[in-house]
Amino acid sequence: MMQALRMAVLMLAVMTVITGLAYPLAITGVAQLIFPHEATGSLIKKGDAVIGSSLIGQYFSKPEYFHPRPSAANAPSLEAGAPPAIGYDPLDSGATNLAPSSKKLIENVTAAVKSNQPDNPGRPVPGDLVTASASGLDPDITPDAAEFQVPRVALARNMSEDQVRAMVAKCTKGRTLGFLGEPRTNVLALNLMLDEAAGK
Amino acid sequence: MHTTDYLQFAAYAAIILATTQPLGRYMAALFSGQKTFLSPILQPVERLIYAICGVQENAEHSWKRYAGHLLLFALIGTITTYAILRLQHYLPFNPMGLPGVPPDLAMNTAVSFNTNTDWQAYSGEGTLSYFSQMTGLAVHNFLSAATGLAVAIAVIRGFARKSTKTIGNFYVDLTRGILYILLPISIVGALILVWQGVPQTIGGSVDAQTLEGARQTIVLGPVASQEVIKELGTNGGGFFNANSAHPFENPTPLSNFLENLLIFLIPAALVDTFGRMIGRRRQAYAIYGAMGILFIFTLSIAYFAEAMPNPALTQIAGYDPTQGNMEGKEVRFGLADSVLWAVTTSGSACGAVNAMFDSFMPLAGMVPLVNIMLGCIIFGGVGAGLYGMLLHVVIAVFIAGLMVGRTPEYVGKKIESREVKLALFALLATTAGTLILSSIASVTPAGVAGLGSAGPHGLTEILYAFASTDANNGSSFAGLSDNNIFYNVMLAATMLMGRFIVIVPILAIAGSFAAKKTVPTSYGAFPTDTGLFVALLIAVIVIIGGLTFFPALALGPIVEHFALSAGMGY
Repeated sequence: MMQALRMAVLMLAVMTVITGLAYPLAITGVAQLIFPHEATGSLIKKGDAVIGSSLIGQYFSKPEYFHPRPSAANAPSLEAGAPPAIGYDPLDSGATNLAPSSKKLIENVTAAVKSNQPDNPGRPVPGDLVTASASGLDPDITPDAAEFQVPRVALARNMSEDQVRAMVAKCTKGRTLGFLGEPRTNVLALNLMLDEAAGK
Repeated sequence: MHTTDYLQFAAYAAIILATTQPLGRYMAALFSGQKTFLSPILQPVERLIYAICGVQENAEHSWKRYAGHLLLFALIGTITTYAILRLQHYLPFNPMGLPGVPPDLAMNTAVSFNTNTDWQAYSGEGTLSYFSQMTGLAVHNFLSAATGLAVAIAVIRGFARKSTKTIGNFYVDLTRGILYILLPISIVGALILVWQGVPQTIGGSVDAQTLEGARQTIVLGPVASQEVIKELGTNGGGFFNANSAHPFENPTPLSNFLENLLIFLIPAALVDTFGRMIGRRRQAYAIYGAMGILFIFTLSIAYFAEAMPNPALTQIAGYDPTQGNMEGKEVRFGLADSVLWAVTTSGSACGAVNAMFDSFMPLAGMVPLVNIMLGCIIFGGVGAGLYGMLLHVVIAVFIAGLMVGRTPEYVGKKIESREVKLALFALLATTAGTLILSSIASVTPAGVAGLGSAGPHGLTEILYAFASTDANNGSSFAGLSDNNIFYNVMLAATMLMGRFIVIVPILAIAGSFAAKKTVPTSYGAFPTDTGLFVALLIAVIVIIGGLTFFPALALGPIVEHFALSAGMGY
């Protein structure tokens, strides 16, 4: 029995060293060497200041920016009287987990449809713009949802709709290899490009 | 729905089919003690490990000793993980200065990772230090997967051998599984994932000032090394709360496709290994066929159910329903990727998610639930899928034997009352556990307090939690608030039961088969490598699962489906 116990403890110790320390640390070393940008979170910097990650969505509400999807990623605020949660908090990734039959889901979607509709009256609001993502950090919207917002952004920025559309196209990726995943527009990349074009 | 969806499903199936034989052959050689192409590099390491731990490479064990070592090893592992989580504030690699994990959550998480369940009551980014993630959790992604693999190999030996008492050496099987299979694939896979954008750093989180001037704390970590084994070992516990829906765990459609392939890679190949090691490859094809048919069947149901627009939303004026149900889904994955993943993660015992099942349409969400209730045997968990399926095979052969009126035989072994009793015990004890414990949760205040949804969907959340932990799957209908003493304790008990009440009887069956003579196939015995047997096997699985769980399903997702169609909300 003691011998079996000793074997179990030693095996756990050896495997912890191999798979729990040597393996992740070696991968970290190699990854930092060959893919330093990706391994540290695909950060986007302006000078020395980090403005975000190209993979992590951000909250946008101003009319001159493209808006992301609703997000349920909210770390509970500890301060009294804190502003209402707006999502896109990487400290608490996650979804609403609302059931398809949930009344709360219908309320959320109805409210989101109402707030989006003035952007493009007469067009129905694309589904992804009014539903929360799985991670709460979705960096993308569908090209359809980007197109829906083009008139508002163009108006707010004094640009022609076609100028804005050209930028949307540049920030839109098709299906990988033609069949994997879905076409998508990266919101942060698009808004950065708009700011750069405006000389910001 | 789009034609590219079908292309993607076809490409997925084609790649799994193409990798089955080469990997199956490799594993058969490895566990038969032959040299592989990695032996020149790895054999010295392997020998060194045996020398340090005092393992005698050629000393084989009876099923009782094999099971004894396995249980002791799992016990030590669970206690160690518990200690690491409780004490993480005294340990290194804690750049965010997180405090120790509370006792009930630490216990639940320790059991969860040591049983290959990876049920996520914890929220990784806000609770666990990098040290806890690497040495408390990721280690067990390797160890619990290798344990499952070892059990499957021991069971295969039971069928392959005759008139012997031994079924292998647990520590040798464990070490080989890690060194020769899990680690090499993980190393290559982790680097591919980093290339796609999965972070791999031990630096702390980064504060960003967003374009609109808000503060955003970007949480990083050694994600890629953990992500790859999470899928490959069919573990499923995420580095982040959002699991593989999180853009840092799964940034692109390509990373998604690769991670999804990793889920079925070993379980599918292991069926081929079974055929090779027992020297009857057609028998393995029959099992593979049954799994494949169930896979296509469940994928079709989930896909068409999820593609239906949600009638509760289509009635909202100004809402465009053409994208389908996007609540709880990521734009880069959309419908097809999310549904394919849901079916593979539940068919296997992986349990990682890239979309939230809680927000799936009722019948689409029922598919992963049913896959899990059937015991995760559609290719299944690493090792666990094959040995779980073999339990059903024993029952199917027994029923066939009753029908043709002869002593049932399977691959040259007579199946007698001891094996049938053990197989039935394993199947019934776990399913009864799921139902009894979820009934307790659905009628006690502590259980109902955690519900995230009202109405039938609430029952589905509870059912899913117990079915998932029982099958050591670990995915969830995450609306259920499960990080409290009631659920942490109840679900930890379910995980232990679902793991070890299956492993011990199946090892006993292995021991009993190994001791039997191999009989030549007798005239009139029911052939187990034909289409008829495949049909019978599927029927047994569906009937046992159906009879056990249909009433509960009728009260949960099925009622919700009809209520939703009738315009009722909760």
